[in-house]
Amino acid sequence: MRTRPLPSLALLLLCGGCAGWQSALDPQGPSAQALGQLLHGFVLVLAAIWLAVLVVLAVALRRRSRATPQAADRHAGIAVGTACVATVLVITGLTLASYVTTRVISAGAEAPLVVRVRALQWWWEVTYPGEAGPDVVTANEIRIPAGRPVRIELSAADVIHSFWVPNLAGKQDLIPGRDNVLTLTARRPGQYRGQCAEFCGMQHAHMAFMVIAEPPEAFAAWRAAQQADSAAPAGAEEAFGRQVFEQKPCGACHTVRGTEARGTNGPDLTHLASRATLAAGMLPMTRGALAAWIADPQTIKPGNNMPMVPLTPAELQAVSAWLATLR
Amino acid sequence: MSARIQDDQRDTDLADAPLDAALRRVWDTPRGVWGALATVDHKVIGRRYIATAFVFLAFGGVLALLMRWQLARPESRVLTPDLYNQIFTVHGTSMMFLFAVPVMEAMAVYLVPLMVGTRNIAFPRLNAFSYWMYLVGGILLWGAFLVDMGPDIGWFAYVPLAGPQYGAGKRVDIWAQMITFTEISALAVAVEIVVTVLKQRAPGMSLDRIPLFVWAMLVTSFIIIMAMPAVMVASTALILDRLVGTHFFNPAEGGDVLLWQHLFWFFGHPEVYIIFLPAVGMISSILPTFVRRPIFGYLPLVLAMVSVGILSFGLWVHHMFTTGLPRLGESFFTASSMAIALPSGIQIFCWLATIWYGRPVYRTPFLFILAFFFTFIMGGMTGVMVASVPLDTQLHDSYFVVAHFHYVLVGGAVFPLLGGVYYWFPKFTGRMMSERVGKWVAGLLFAAFNFTFFPMHVLGLLGMPRRVYTYQLDMGWGGLNLFVSLSAVVLAAGFLLFFYDAVRSARHGEPAGDNPWGAATLEWATASPPPSYNFARLPVVRSANPLWEDDGVLPVAGGLRVDRRELLVTTVGGALPEARESSPRPTIWPLWSALATTALLLGSILTPWAVVWGAVPVTIALIGWFWPGGRKEEES
Repeated sequence: MRTRPLPSLALLLLCGGCAGWQSALDPQGPSAQALGQLLHGFVLVLAAIWLAVLVVLAVALRRRSRATPQAADRHAGIAVGTACVATVLVITGLTLASYVTTRVISAGAEAPLVVRVRALQWWWEVTYPGEAGPDVVTANEIRIPAGRPVRIELSAADVIHSFWVPNLAGKQDLIPGRDNVLTLTARRPGQYRGQCAEFCGMQHAHMAFMVIAEPPEAFAAWRAAQQADSAAPAGAEEAFGRQVFEQKPCGACHTVRGTEARGTNGPDLTHLASRATLAAGMLPMTRGALAAWIADPQTIKPGNNMPMVPLTPAELQAVSAWLATLR
Repeated sequence: MSARIQDDQRDTDLADAPLDAALRRVWDTPRGVWGALATVDHKVIGRRYIATAFVFLAFGGVLALLMRWQLARPESRVLTPDLYNQIFTVHGTSMMFLFAVPVMEAMAVYLVPLMVGTRNIAFPRLNAFSYWMYLVGGILLWGAFLVDMGPDIGWFAYVPLAGPQYGAGKRVDIWAQMITFTEISALAVAVEIVVTVLKQRAPGMSLDRIPLFVWAMLVTSFIIIMAMPAVMVASTALILDRLVGTHFFNPAEGGDVLLWQHLFWFFGHPEVYIIFLPAVGMISSILPTFVRRPIFGYLPLVLAMVSVGILSFGLWVHHMFTTGLPRLGESFFTASSMAIALPSGIQIFCWLATIWYGRPVYRTPFLFILAFFFTFIMGGMTGVMVASVPLDTQLHDSYFVVAHFHYVLVGGAVFPLLGGVYYWFPKFTGRMMSERVGKWVAGLLFAAFNFTFFPMHVLGLLGMPRRVYTYQLDMGWGGLNLFVSLSAVVLAAGFLLFFYDAVRSARHGEPAGDNPWGAATLEWATASPPPSYNFARLPVVRSANPLWEDDGVLPVAGGLRVDRRELLVTTVGGALPEARESSPRPTIWPLWSALATTALLLGSILTPWAVVWGAVPVTIALIGWFWPGGRKEEES
């Protein structure tokens, strides 16, 4: 990912090329950009004040005052008064800068594309309300067209979570019984990582998601592909895998459109293999990782809500083979 | 020398030696176990309080090291997620409720009566009761943690995670009841301090001559009295939700999850100033001693503390900037959060002016004040950053905030507190702490603290959320986290050295004398450690720095009886003598009352009926507490 030159010295010195796919220091959208500028402004002003105070302290420690007590009190009074006026001016300036940034961020919140994000312990359900055709439901991955504002409607199913993609925007909480909204814009195609920022229980640390920005045509194609039912099994092993999936309790929690599985407690797996990661950002989406996850989800992510379903080695192989074809 | 003390004999009738003997007879705490359990001497209780709080600091520090061990490497499996979540919750809860607030109140319990020149704190039995409640609350939290029942919901226990549906078992109930214990003890001490300061000051100590630490504790105590009820309401509502199925916080039944946050932070933000203002007072009291001149800007400092106290109630929403509140409300709380920078600035500027026109003496307490300047001001600056709504959306709940509040709490409160311990240790024990070791402690803590916590600012901006038990290798946070963890070990070594110095000096330190630092305030006008009655003859105060005027010879007031515990009540404004007031003798009933209250509160974790049946022993204990015993103290 590209690193933008950052004007703020202190930060730059301390963390070198602070790029990162989950970093507030590498803004990739207008909202994060405005926040980044505000951050640098604040850091410069406040670091200067901090240094100034320490310089005054250093001078105060070294000098030897010969002023009479009356003169000392008078001079100190003038100095303290001046410093207070300066403090008021600086904090007024910073407050106004904050208001302006808030206006910039919330201006032009008109976004034609709506994505609903529902947070659960410990994963994200992502729904694209259908315009023509069924809703697209996916998990832990938000595809958006690059360069276009997207309206993210946030809700929580169980406890409070917080939606944070630092490269694109500031965070917004997802609160049971309330609806929050965030506008997300990615300047250019790329992958931006996000993570739950409000402590939400045992696996708060493993509640990540990816925002994948694509050119608008690629996004439209992806969306159309996602509206289709799951692919028919390509070979005998995949067909057996699908059979196992339908016979075992998997379908009680998961939906795979085009099969008998219609559960809604867990992520929709219709196009599972089209996603980049598994288990909310924990594992890469490979056949091996799928098998490992299904074989023992509680060791990989202790406390999560997916139970261990006893499978024979052959069944495990087949199920993961089939799931790996659900592109 | 009269062998027998006559009825109604006054201190003016006696020479120094017989007066001392007579006062010892009525004021000394009896020796032995009964005396230890029944004492109502503010100095004994204050010392206990301070020692207990530092034990909890050490425990909390051990938890911090365990967390740093887990976070030193990505995907580490030193701790399970369940244990990690208990550890950070108990760390935060312990540091806030069992260390930071109690230790500041404990310093006040010991020092305020001495600084205002009285013989005991107001309501001494309540004081004993408050210590026992605090001790039991701490044992409850740590006992639960040791048997794997520690709370695992974070120190602010957001619902619904802490609610009946998601917080299974008794872990949350233990957290909520621990709050009740510490709130009761904090409120009790606050009331004692308010009354001591307003009604028991030495004659002549008018409002403009009160030592600044005492002013700070007065403001702090009022904040406690107004803020703590909010969290008691909140934690009680949480217990009711969990125990008897009310729905205060359940949106499905008309409750509201944000209600918890409003109630908690209405307490939780003033809490920060409950911890910080005593530190302001300590600096204002210590600084003049080490720059050899009176504080500059006494009145502005007092007004700044009072306005911080008032403003602290208008900031709570800045903990909730990402919850999606109305924009107008957010703007108001941005402005009020920014506004508190002004009184905080005034304090800093007045201290700088004091140093500017003074002649610094580089003893250990002064070094801690210098460490405070460097560290706390940085915490104040990052505080301005999180006060901005838009900026806070990037910083909130990230490691940036972890860095910020440690800079404010450790830099702003713990450094002055340690300076205060080095400063007042000779008064507490009669012996000096080591100047040589003290300089190492100050230097080590200062350097290691900054190495530990500064990189966390960067980690937060790099996207690391707080309260994660691990992080993945490809996040690129590994190097900084390892550095932080190694620095934390050095920081712990600094604290270890401090504890070593304190324990060693208590027995083998240089004898201190009454006023080893040449300080100006009344606590230095009596022996070190002070006798049980504090002052044989009550001092009369004629300026804000009484021991620096008139060659340090204080005029004294007389007329108190010596055949019973008696102290002087003075007017609120001018501290003119008003009345003689008796002060209670040692009694075991505060302990029984605390144990009875404990039985009630612990029982109520299991069944609501404990509130009904538990009320019986509480009532009996309170009747015993107030039953007239025919002592001379009860005549008045």
